[in-house]
Amino acid sequence: MGETITKNGQEFEVVWKKPNLQPKDMHYCPGCAHGTLEKLIQEVIDEKGIQDQIIGVAPVGCAVFAYDYINCDMQEAAHGRACALATGISRVLPNHAVFTIQGDGDLASIGLAETLHACNRGENIVIFFYNNAIYGMTGGQMAPTTLPGQVTSSSPDGRNCKLSGMPLKVADIVKEFDGTCYVTRQAANNAVNVRKLKKAVEKAIDNSLNKRGTSFVELVGNCPSGWKLTPVDSYKWWEENMMKFYPLGDIKTEGGIK
Amino acid sequence: MAEKYLMKGNEALAEAAIRAGIDGYFGYPITPQSEVLEYFSKWLPRKGIAYVQAESEVSAINMVYGAGGCGKRIMTTTSSPGFSLMQEGVSYIACAQIPCVLVNVQRGGPGLGTIQPSQGDYFQAVKGGGHGDYRLIVLTPNSVQEQADMVYKAFDLSEKYLNPVLILSDGALGQMMEAVEFKEDYVKPAFDPTAWATVGGVAKRGKPVQLTSLFIEPERMEAKNFELQAKYKKIEENEVDYELYHMDDAELGFIAYGLSSRIAKKAVDLAREKGLKVGLIRPKTVWPFPTKIIKEYSKKVKAYLSIEMSVGQMIEDVKLAVECKIPVEHYGKTGGIVLSTDEIIAKAKKMLGK
Repeated sequence: MGETITKNGQEFEVVWKKPNLQPKDMHYCPGCAHGTLEKLIQEVIDEKGIQDQIIGVAPVGCAVFAYDYINCDMQEAAHGRACALATGISRVLPNHAVFTIQGDGDLASIGLAETLHACNRGENIVIFFYNNAIYGMTGGQMAPTTLPGQVTSSSPDGRNCKLSGMPLKVADIVKEFDGTCYVTRQAANNAVNVRKLKKAVEKAIDNSLNKRGTSFVELVGNCPSGWKLTPVDSYKWWEENMMKFYPLGDIKTEGGIK
Repeated sequence: MAEKYLMKGNEALAEAAIRAGIDGYFGYPITPQSEVLEYFSKWLPRKGIAYVQAESEVSAINMVYGAGGCGKRIMTTTSSPGFSLMQEGVSYIACAQIPCVLVNVQRGGPGLGTIQPSQGDYFQAVKGGGHGDYRLIVLTPNSVQEQADMVYKAFDLSEKYLNPVLILSDGALGQMMEAVEFKEDYVKPAFDPTAWATVGGVAKRGKPVQLTSLFIEPERMEAKNFELQAKYKKIEENEVDYELYHMDDAELGFIAYGLSSRIAKKAVDLAREKGLKVGLIRPKTVWPFPTKIIKEYSKKVKAYLSIEMSVGQMIEDVKLAVECKIPVEHYGKTGGIVLSTDEIIAKAKKMLGK
């Protein structure tokens, strides 16, 4: 039996505790999985007791206010620069875990150079990549990860791959680098996948603490507002389209520059 | 007496940073600055100090943000086109109030320009460069000795005010070799960044640090601007630095900083041999600008000659200082061409009607 609490003279076993997030309501849209990722990161911080051994970097994008929720010291990066900030932090605080949370516009478009080079150098950081195939915060424009034919506010006739290229599969690129020690694609559309995602978060943060190299955790996510779908319909589209194009599972579980 | 070394300005700057207790350097090669990066690439890893040759100047300045945000002594160095690339990060760093030292070993521009020395980045250095209402403290060395001395000062000022400090150098100062001594009595001022830096200090301070430049509510953004302006006012009141040379009886005042001030000083000596009463006010900080002393001497001299290796940028601040009370003229060279004392003296003669 683990931790117990006493209420009204009766002893109860603690089976679940609310994560120690900051007392602020999240701004995410109904049905969006961003909040799930941030809660899971907080759960892992709480369970490992590493609030002061971890530093986070928030991006420009929907997770811009992640520092209002996750309860550890955090920095706010310029658009795309999160991996450069994380590099700077990790190099001067080598015994701390360092993580970024970035969307697909931030990471795969404007910040691709910073991302690839951090992975190639094998920085001891975790990159949480929320890939929902769209620019969420700016109102649903096409991203480098937007699916072929997908309608967005800046691809009204559907993504034309002749004009815009094929969607960028960043996890498949970074797996090739010796610097990455863990590359995985997860989702958060049901309880089973949330549990798997949490395992991935745990493993990645553990890698950062133990200086094993770069962990790249892609959360294949949804964006009900950007996709112009109800939360329920967005789950259907998520499962039928996103997970087909970006198949879930571990891509690489060992690596790092020896 | 400290030991004397014969060093390039770029090397002296790097060595001084090591002696000042640098905790990390992030940079990208660019001529005429690369010796700084090369010097650090040799010595920092051997001393176990953080060093990264970044993938671009854009990344380098953001690594500075990250590491400086942990309350460490961090530096980056670059040259003009590279400093342009860094401007986004500089604006974020200024707003988030992260102490760090930046160095621009200026070369001629605009565009890809030339690799020869220039002072064409004055506006960029003192008027903003990046977006928004912010200021850098800008120090202007004019010798290899000062390339070293100003590094200690830059780190100290950046920590005192939680503000980025720019050392505005140029390709000649970076490349030339002179004798240099390093301070033996330097003591790093006490500095505890726990209150604002991401050091993992939640337990100690009772709340997490949010190192950000995002204040989406207009009132909070304005309050941040007021906070910054109050700090800048304090810097203007306390940190103006300049040198006066033969200004007591001068009828014509030269105003020049950095490499130009060395040439202007020589021109003062040569002009005085010819009986011309000229002097020099040399700003050692161009922001804050020595407005007061320039205004004061405007009551004594007949005119000012602003001497710069540009088409005339600092002259605007000189004009603001004299409030149209006396004539202010410009002498300058661009394209990497260094100033000539003969031309300065010819100009001085003309201005004095001789």
